[in-house]
Amino acid sequence: MAGGQERILRGRIRSVQATKKITRAMELIAASRIVKAQMRVQAAVPYSDQITEVVKDLAAAGAGRGAPLLVGRGEVKKTCYVIISADRGLCGGYNTGVQRAAEGEIKVDVLGGLGYELVTVGRKADNYFRFRGYNRNANFAGFSENPTYDQAREIGKHVVGLFESGEVDRVLLVYTRFISAGSQEVVLRPLVPLETETVEGGDAKPAGGGGDYEFEPDPETILETLLPRYVEARIYAALLNAAASEHAFRQRAMKSATDNAEELIKSLARIMNRARQDSITTEIMEIVSGAEALGTGKATNVRYVDLDDSEITQSANALVSSAGTNNANDL
Amino acid sequence: MTVSVVSPEKILFTGESTQVITRTLASGEIAFLPGHAPFLGALTECHTRIYMADGSIVDVAVHGGFVEVSNNKVNILSDVAELAEQIDRPRAVRAKEAAEEHLKREHDAEVAASLSRAHARLNATGGVTGTSAGAH
Repeated sequence: MAGGQERILRGRIRSVQATKKITRAMELIAASRIVKAQMRVQAAVPYSDQITEVVKDLAAAGAGRGAPLLVGRGEVKKTCYVIISADRGLCGGYNTGVQRAAEGEIKVDVLGGLGYELVTVGRKADNYFRFRGYNRNANFAGFSENPTYDQAREIGKHVVGLFESGEVDRVLLVYTRFISAGSQEVVLRPLVPLETETVEGGDAKPAGGGGDYEFEPDPETILETLLPRYVEARIYAALLNAAASEHAFRQRAMKSATDNAEELIKSLARIMNRARQDSITTEIMEIVSGAEALGTGKATNVRYVDLDDSEITQSANALVSSAGTNNANDL
Repeated sequence: MTVSVVSPEKILFTGESTQVITRTLASGEIAFLPGHAPFLGALTECHTRIYMADGSIVDVAVHGGFVEVSNNKVNILSDVAELAEQIDRPRAVRAKEAAEEHLKREHDAEVAASLSRAHARLNATGGVTGTSAGAH
């Protein structure tokens, strides 16, 4: 009967409403976390600015001509990609963007006959590249939403180790840069060797501050301890950017999911009302036609067969109930 | 002069100071007074003291890092640095004792590092008192 369809629709609406509540909650959570993540990005800026300054000062003093982390190796035979993705899904195109950018680069390398290693951060990228059979060197996961410096240090240690052992000749970072809550972009940044403009001190410090530093111990030794810290700071900044971007993507994805749920509820409600109206109309039709059949039947029977109309009433009733109305008896 | 202690996660401390004492990797403690020549040094685990303009002293346990002095500004960059009020002293005492116990049996670079961290913490919170003081 028609009421069945209505019940099914009611059930679907309820389930969409429940989903909507969840996506709404996720949206709000993500929105509040963007702010926090953004503040952490800001808070990390002074350290990375100053450590960059120090590297520049050292480079200006002539240190680091021989440091492989700075000057790199002439020929690049193998590249290590550090791909920063999320641990969880439900964040729109966030993971796909990073994965696609990295995969494109890797394909170019492979076509050019060059080797690659993958260091993935976050479960999603790991799953993606494992499924497609790429060489995965290492995975760091479980902190994509809330990275700490310790995790950056671990990743840094690993990639610096890869580079220093000669296993790879350069390291690239692939992550999503957080520009504002409304815009993020996937970027590919060289991590090791460090960018040349940094090393050469291209945008030199304003006059008066630079030059003529006293070093203790000598510049080379300082640089040796400093460069791994610098790499870590860069990774940390990338992790924080990625975390903020992840929240922004998730917020947007959940907002559109909530909007879609709302729309779906609206259209389902419309279909349900329609179905209910239809079933009411059908019922009325049935009742009316039943009553009519009954009325005319009675009238003729009254006229012709006075004594025994119970049998006819019964058959009329049977006719009405076979038409599917429960209310025939209420008449 | 302006002194700031910066960790990767945040600026731990910033303020006007008259003197800063810290310890470099190679040659021990060094003090900076206002107007110090540009200086760049790698730091070791140490108890850094910042003498404030109002006469108070800010104690910081710095676990490695760098110090940069220029333009009458002292920047201390450290992966891990703790202000004295953030340090859990009883925990540091326990860590020190455990590390010393361990080092009596065998030498282990990691434990030695944890001992020097504990020393830096204890020094920043009133000195290494009691058992085997002055091991630093």
